[in-house]
Amino acid sequence: MSTKTISQEIEKQELDSDQQRFAELDKIIAANKGQAGVLINVLHKAQQLYGYLPREVQLRIAEKLEVPFSKVYSVVSFYSLFSTELQGEKTIEVCTGTACYVKGAADVVSKLESELGIAAGDTTEDGLFTLKTTRCVGVCSLAPVILVEDDVHGDIEIDKTAELLDKYK
Amino acid sequence: MQEQEEIYSLEDQKRIALRNCGLIDPEEIRDYIARDGYKALAKTVRRSSPPEIIAEVKSSGLRGRGGGGFPTGVKWELTREAVGREKYVICNADEGDPGAFMDRSLLEGDPHSIVEGLTIAAYAVGAQQGYVYVRAEYPLAVRRLEKAITDAKELGLIGKNIFRSNFSFDLEVRVGAGAFVCGEETALLNSVQGDRGDPRGKPPFPATEGLWGQPTVINNVETLANIPQIILKGGDWYSQLGTADSTGTKVFALAGDVCNTGLVEVPMGTTLKEIIFDLGGGIPDNKGFKAAQTGGPSGGCLPEEHLDIPMEYDTLIEVGSMMGSGGLIVMDEETCMVDVARFYLEFTQDEACGKCTPGRVGTKRLLETLNKIVEGRGEVEDIEKLKALSRDIKKTALCGLGQSAPNPILSTLQYFEEEYKAHVIDKDCPAGVCEELV
Ligand SMILES: Cc1cc2nc3c(=O)[nH]c(=O)nc-3n(C[C@H](O)[C@H](O)[C@H](O)COP(=O)(O)O)c2cc1C
Ligand code: SF4
Ligand code: FES
Repeated sequence: MSTKTISQEIEKQELDSDQQRFAELDKIIAANKGQAGVLINVLHKAQQLYGYLPREVQLRIAEKLEVPFSKVYSVVSFYSLFSTELQGEKTIEVCTGTACYVKGAADVVSKLESELGIAAGDTTEDGLFTLKTTRCVGVCSLAPVILVEDDVHGDIEIDKTAELLDKYK
Repeated sequence: MQEQEEIYSLEDQKRIALRNCGLIDPEEIRDYIARDGYKALAKTVRRSSPPEIIAEVKSSGLRGRGGGGFPTGVKWELTREAVGREKYVICNADEGDPGAFMDRSLLEGDPHSIVEGLTIAAYAVGAQQGYVYVRAEYPLAVRRLEKAITDAKELGLIGKNIFRSNFSFDLEVRVGAGAFVCGEETALLNSVQGDRGDPRGKPPFPATEGLWGQPTVINNVETLANIPQIILKGGDWYSQLGTADSTGTKVFALAGDVCNTGLVEVPMGTTLKEIIFDLGGGIPDNKGFKAAQTGGPSGGCLPEEHLDIPMEYDTLIEVGSMMGSGGLIVMDEETCMVDVARFYLEFTQDEACGKCTPGRVGTKRLLETLNKIVEGRGEVEDIEKLKALSRDIKKTALCGLGQSAPNPILSTLQYFEEEYKAHVIDKDCPAGVCEELV
């Protein structure tokens, strides 16, 4: 194949997978439509599908659920678990709840920030990790706690965080 | 997630809310039934009228475990008497207090007790539809609840014509999306409706105008977990436990600088000292005790001189803290109380929804002043400014979040003002925490 057709082929595949995802999104919407108070539910599922909630997805939800886009946008921006930016492949969340605070969560955040070379809230350049802080995850007995891709790691020791991250690289 | 915390109890027979946690397989409805599960529901719908159920709950003296301490039976009665097209019951499983995990353990360890408690509430107030609002950070709790609901439906314990009566009840799980204010009941109503979780002004209270404007009961997880036992054993039995104004038991989540972290269920009125030193095993590494924080971001810090106070709703308020939902964080001598206040204000400031000015701007000013102090730029007047602004915010904020946000500042000022003074006058952090001051 010539370079041109390869790039066309990739574009076509992308288009197909975009359409596939839109089709899946439409299914989610159809399953919830007509019931009261399902917007947050639909947004959760859409975010699972896309990893975040880009504008086109919000527009599609507004259109198909028949709610104003302004309402979709205001709900997305209100809740901290909804994200409008593409996230890293893996999310690292440092618990900054009270028990973890007492056990030195602030030091864990700065250690990870320097190790990854990014500030909390940002994504590494290679797109591998997004570093976030989160509220109590409810395993306060294990403080300080971090979550990597939903795996809970407790009793974090500052000088062992590098080793821990290596496992996810 | 860790499956089961250590559970400590002064007298094991006093485990009421946690009676099944760790002892049954939470995904096996027959385990729950084998331990008298759904018996209280059968007794309710087959042999009792709604007013009888309400009377039983009233006589138990049970007060809401979500923080406010409002008598549960009275709340049900108000909702029953309110006029509406339909009525709703909601379980508040948002557990927003960072450092608390009682409700998570109940939801994961004994989900059927919540389903049963909420179904009894629905019968008592005349609701046919209920919701459990769970925070998204608790995925295992969501899964177990959903399974519990499906299994209960399959056995006809919820759904149409429960126990062949005229009573039908359906139950759905709604998942939050990371907003602390949604634990506040009016914000929670908006969130269950799929909207932004902005609080509404009160009155009207949810008992008269709640979900979709209809009369609604909102109860906390632990409140509901007590209900089946109260119905089975009687309100009088329950009211014998605990103290006169705070009956029954309370689950606390012990965390922070304490040897045994985990859950404790104790009779109301147990002292702070018994909880921290007898059950919790005291402070690790031979360090000294400095403060115990109760009530989360709405509560306060209690110093050593108050270790002997009984844990009861009203006593805790008298000494400048509150029961809250049961988070109990122990802090050792190496904790800076100004920084603790700053920590809580950072939390409430970040979580304020922005609807009212005291909540939006007031908490920001408080946080800025605290930041100034911990960074060594504080002035003597700042202490008075903190007090005055705190009082104003408490009086004028629209919802409970703002009204209680200044509490961590006021209680640390009440008991540890010397430490604030050391920061602003001597430019010293006695605990050695604030980097700019050591
Ligand atoms: C800012 C704020 C957050 C709250 N968070 C919770 C919570 O996470 N869980 C809860 O049960 N109650 C919470 N409450 C209390 C509820 O508003 C409400 O009083 C409670 O759910 C009523 O149930 P109960 O009577 O069984 O305690 C919160 C209140 C405020 C003001
Ligand atoms: S106090 Fe005001 S700004 Fe704060 S959460 Fe309540 S309504 Fe929103
Ligand atoms: S405070 Fe970190 S898990 Fe609870």
